[in-house]
Amino acid sequence: MHVEVRGLNKRFGEFQAVKDVDFSIAKGQLIGLLGPSGGGKTSILRMLAGLETPDAGDILFHGRRVNELPPQERGIGFVFQNYALFKHMTVEGNIAFGLEVKKWSKPRIKERVAELVELTGLSGFEKRYPHQLSGGQRQRVAFARALAPEPQLLLLDEPFAAIDAKIRQELRSWLREMIDRLGITSIFVTHDQDEAIEVADEIMIINKGNLEQKGTPWEIYKNPQTPFVAGFIGESTIVENIASIRGFEDAASWPGTKALIRPEYVEIGKPSEFRLLSATETGKVRHLHFRGSEWLVEVEVGSSKLVTYRSLEKEVLHPGDPVQVLVHRAYLFNDSDSWIMENKLKEDPMPVHI
Amino acid sequence: MRRLWILLTFVVFALLLGAPVVRIAMGAWDQGWSGFAGGLTRPEALHALWMTTLIVIAVTVINTFFGVMLSLYLVRAAWLGPKLKKLMNSIVDLPFAVSPVIGGLMIVLILGPETALGGLLGSAGIKIVYALPGMMIATLFVTFPLVIREVMPVLQEIGNQQEEAASTLGAYGWTTFWRVTWPSIRWSVVYGVVLTVARALGEFGAVLVVSGNILFKTQTATTLVYQDVENFNLTSANSVALVLAAGSVALLLLMEWAKSRQGHH
Repeated sequence: MHVEVRGLNKRFGEFQAVKDVDFSIAKGQLIGLLGPSGGGKTSILRMLAGLETPDAGDILFHGRRVNELPPQERGIGFVFQNYALFKHMTVEGNIAFGLEVKKWSKPRIKERVAELVELTGLSGFEKRYPHQLSGGQRQRVAFARALAPEPQLLLLDEPFAAIDAKIRQELRSWLREMIDRLGITSIFVTHDQDEAIEVADEIMIINKGNLEQKGTPWEIYKNPQTPFVAGFIGESTIVENIASIRGFEDAASWPGTKALIRPEYVEIGKPSEFRLLSATETGKVRHLHFRGSEWLVEVEVGSSKLVTYRSLEKEVLHPGDPVQVLVHRAYLFNDSDSWIMENKLKEDPMPVHI
Repeated sequence: MRRLWILLTFVVFALLLGAPVVRIAMGAWDQGWSGFAGGLTRPEALHALWMTTLIVIAVTVINTFFGVMLSLYLVRAAWLGPKLKKLMNSIVDLPFAVSPVIGGLMIVLILGPETALGGLLGSAGIKIVYALPGMMIATLFVTFPLVIREVMPVLQEIGNQQEEAASTLGAYGWTTFWRVTWPSIRWSVVYGVVLTVARALGEFGAVLVVSGNILFKTQTATTLVYQDVENFNLTSANSVALVLAAGSVALLLLMEWAKSRQGHH
């Protein structure tokens, strides 16, 4: 289903939960609504479902305005954060509920339930009650129940939040696979960026009721359009005085500009490890943290502190060691603008062609 | 020391709860079966028991229906502002705080034959006070919070997500209520109903004020017992009282059973 939202607004008393949000979603896509808790993601999802009424704005499904349609008529499936399974019904009963309400014939219901039980790997659990299931199984039941009436849009509110980390990983890829197979347009809410990046075709970053940016995970990572997005996605440190870092002297021409530098933008090592020594400057190792598969290194360059990773295969550094630091690029921003600046010294001033 | 406390507890329990029941039973049987049967089959006793039955049935039906409705509104309705909800929620407890006699008096003051409203209804041939409708209203007033106080906490605890889930699956209000909400609250409703029946059976003060206690017209079982005691007709009083007490014990057992089911589904 093609979904379009224009000028969506929602207040709860004094609190502006959603502010002028516009977006459109192509059929068959899996979209992640990502942002900090309380940022308005769930409100947007609930308005799409018809569980909340927008104060202003239009919601269009297939180009038709659905604002006035109740949730019953919208053709959506909704998976709640705590699953909201009907606790006095069995797995079968839960899945069949939507079909019974829609007055499907008995044999058709039976067939559809069997199909979904199979699809969600719940065979053998049909007669169990929700309290007899594990978290992951409940999640699957909620998913099967939402899918049973063949909705055209699937909405998932923090679908993995209540599941422990190990199974979450497994369920994520299961969900991705399932949605790919069914080709159903889906929107899920999450505050976990790894989850959004891993699962979604496109991410919408929501903060304080605003849609900050919409794009593929790679686009958002590579080209964040607001300081919030840049800071929210991935790890980063803020450098107040970017002009003092070698290669970024030009930044001084924009007073009041700060920089956001990700660990992967920074390279450190002994002088021999660099091809372009002229672009590096000397810093000092402050701290080392072992991250399981790599080192996380804090270095001090002049008055700025940077964070970067270092492979375990390379020579081990110690706190206090002098190191060469190369900053490949920085994300610069001030009150009115933001842009990415590459290290200008990386262009070899004296290229040698062989 | 500990033994003394245990003993004391038993003595208090026996004196306060056990002795009266035994005394009533003995009193009812002091002239043998004929005394007991005679006390119960007097025309005024049969009439009084019939009035009590009518009141109990009407009050229970009305109270259960509106109790569940009001609980749903007070917990779920978005169109009631939170402040109004709070206010209504505290007013629900009013009958707990006000003496039943005063409750009955309020009804007389509003609907009595000398009042404007009562006079108007009276001229239309509808008698409220000193008649059965007034007695039902008085009993309703007294029992009003019972169902609500049982159902509201359960509704709050289960939240509305299951109902929202049902609505996204295409179910409208009525289906959602019967298939999703009702199974979660039914044992609490049963518990509230049992409390209502017990209270309606035993209500005395409010009914006495509103009914005027007119023989063969507005006399209930409890007001009959009161009158029998006044007339030193103790065997008859004990007979009716024993029937009421037996009903209450049966209800108590039912209540225990409902309570044990409350946590289940």
